[in-house]
Amino acid sequence: MTSKAAQDKNRLPHPLKALNFLSGMQSRWKTFVIATPFAWLLIFFLAPFFIVAKISLAELTISSPPFSDMIEWVDGTIISVRLVFDNFIYIFDDPLYARTYVNSLKIAFISTLLALLIGYPIAYGIVRSGPVAKQLLLFAIILPFWTSFLLRVYAWMGLLADQGTVNNLLISLGLIETPIRMLYTEFAVYVGIVYTYLPFMILPLYANMEKLDGTLNEAAADLGSGPINTFFKITLPLTMPGVIAGALLVFIPATGEYVIPDLLGGGNVQMIGRQLYNEFARNIDWPVASAVAIVLLLLLVLPMAIYQHYQGKAAERS
Amino acid sequence: MLQGRSKFLTFMLFAGFIFLYVPMILLIIYSFNYSKLVPVWGGWSTRWYKELFESPEVWEAVSLSLQIAFINATFATVLGTLAGLAMVRFGRFRGRTIFGGMLVAPLVMPEVITGLSLLVFFISLKELIGWPAERGFTTITIAHITFSLAYVAVIIQARLTGIGETLEEAASDLGAKPFKVMKAITLPRLAPGMLSGWLLAFTLSLDDLVIASFVTGPGANTLPILIFSRIRLGLRPDINALATIIIIFVAVLVSLAAYLMFRQQKREIMDHKMAQSIKS
Repeated sequence: MTSKAAQDKNRLPHPLKALNFLSGMQSRWKTFVIATPFAWLLIFFLAPFFIVAKISLAELTISSPPFSDMIEWVDGTIISVRLVFDNFIYIFDDPLYARTYVNSLKIAFISTLLALLIGYPIAYGIVRSGPVAKQLLLFAIILPFWTSFLLRVYAWMGLLADQGTVNNLLISLGLIETPIRMLYTEFAVYVGIVYTYLPFMILPLYANMEKLDGTLNEAAADLGSGPINTFFKITLPLTMPGVIAGALLVFIPATGEYVIPDLLGGGNVQMIGRQLYNEFARNIDWPVASAVAIVLLLLLVLPMAIYQHYQGKAAERS
Repeated sequence: MLQGRSKFLTFMLFAGFIFLYVPMILLIIYSFNYSKLVPVWGGWSTRWYKELFESPEVWEAVSLSLQIAFINATFATVLGTLAGLAMVRFGRFRGRTIFGGMLVAPLVMPEVITGLSLLVFFISLKELIGWPAERGFTTITIAHITFSLAYVAVIIQARLTGIGETLEEAASDLGAKPFKVMKAITLPRLAPGMLSGWLLAFTLSLDDLVIASFVTGPGANTLPILIFSRIRLGLRPDINALATIIIIFVAVLVSLAAYLMFRQQKREIMDHKMAQSIKS
C-alpha cells in the first residue's frame, strides 16, 4: 500500500517535488522525528536478526566468539564464504526437535482456544456494563497485566503443588484422599498460559466490541431472532477482528514461551522456547540455538504477518 | 451502545475475576505465614519480610533493576513518542512499512528470539569495535529500551489519533514553526500518554526475565533473575514476601496513573462541553 503511494509521489513533476522540501525547518524536524527511532530499531532490532541468521549457518568452535566466521578475509578480499547447514540438518534429523516444535504449537493453540472461550464472555460482559462499572472492570483486567509475569506464574506453583492450596482444599473437603499431581504436568502449563495471557485476549476483544452497534441487535430481536441466533449471526462475525487480534497476541508469544514450561512444566513438558534457552545456557551451542530460533521465527512469520495486517487495517479505520 | 448483562455474562465476569485475583491474594496471604513450608500454615508472622530486608543480594538486585528500569523508561518514552509521531502525523514516508513492522514485531516476538538475537549482536559488536566490553547494565538497558519503545509507541499512537490535529493545524496556520507547535500544543496534550508510556516501560523492564538472562553478564543479576534462580527449586516464603511488596508497589503506581489519566480525560470532556456552549 505504501509502495504505490511512494511511486505516485516519485511521479510528481520536478518543481512540485522541490516544493515538498522547500520548508527546510519542517523537513529537518520531520527527519529527526522519523530517523531517531528508526535508526535505533534498525540497529538493535533488525540487525541482530541478520546476525542470528548468519550464526545459524556457522560452526561451533572453541574460541571467542564460539562460532566460526562465515567469510574469510585476506587483505580486504574475500577468500572463501562458508555456509554450514549442519545445524539445520541436525535439527531436522533429531526427532526431539520436531516433536518439541509440534508440541509447542499444540500447547499454544489449545491455550489460545481456552483463553478465547474464557475471555470472550468477560470482554462482552464488560462492554455491556454501565459506564462507571465499565471503567472499573477494565482497570481490574489491566492491573494483573502490569503485575510481574514471573510472580503470577509463581503464584500458580503455590496453588498446584502436591502440598499446594488446591490439593489441601480438596483433601480437607474430603473429595480426594491423596494429592493429585498437577504441578510439573502439561495441565499446569495450560493453566499458566491462559492465566498470564488472558488480558492480552480480553483487551483487543473489548476494544473491538465497544464499537459494536447496539441497534443491529435490536433490529434482529424485532425481526424475531433469538439471542443465540443473534449472537452467531451478528455479534460474533462483527467481533472477528478482535478475536483474531487477541488470538494472535496469545498464540505467538505462547509458542515461544520459556518461563511457564520451565516453572510449571518442570522437565516433563517440552516446549521450543525452553529447548532454545537450554541450547544457549546449558550446552553453550550458539549456532544450534540460532538455528532453533530461525526455525521458530519461520513458523511464526505467517501469524505475525496476519497480526500486522490487522493492526494496519485497524489503524487506517480509526 | 450495548447495555444490560445476562446472568451468564455476570457469572462469567465474576468467575473471571476470581480466576485472575485469587492466586495473587493467596500469594500475599502466604507471605505472612510463619512456616518455612509455604503451603503449610504456621501462624501469622513477618519474619520473611525481615529476612528479605537483611539480604544484601536482594538489595543489590533491586537497586540494579530500578536503575535499569528508570533509564529504560526515560529513553523508551522519548524514542516511542517520536516513533508514534512519525507513524500518525507524518503520513507516508520512505521505509514506513519496515518502520511500522519493527514497531509491532517486538510486541509479539517470543522473548527467547529477541534475547538470543541481541546476545549474538552484542558479541559480534564486541569482536568488531570492542564495545560493549562486558555485558550487564548497559546491554540489559539497551535491550529493554528496544522492546519498551514499541509499547510506548502504541500508547502514543492511540493518544495522537484520539486528540486529532485541528489545534496543531490552527497553530501552524497562524505561523507557528513545527517545533513550536510541538512544544506548545502537541506535547502538553500528549503528556498523560507519555506518563503512562513511561510507567509501562518502567514496569516492563522491572518484569523482564528472559531477555535480561540472555544479555546479562557475570555478576549483573536483576531482580527477576534473582527471583527465578530461587523459585526454580520450589516455593520460597521469602519470595512470597518479595512478591507482595512488588505487587502492592505496582498496584499503587498503576492506580495513580489511571487516576491521572481519568482526570485529564474528564477535563478534556469539560473543555469540549464549554466550547460547545460558547458556540451555541
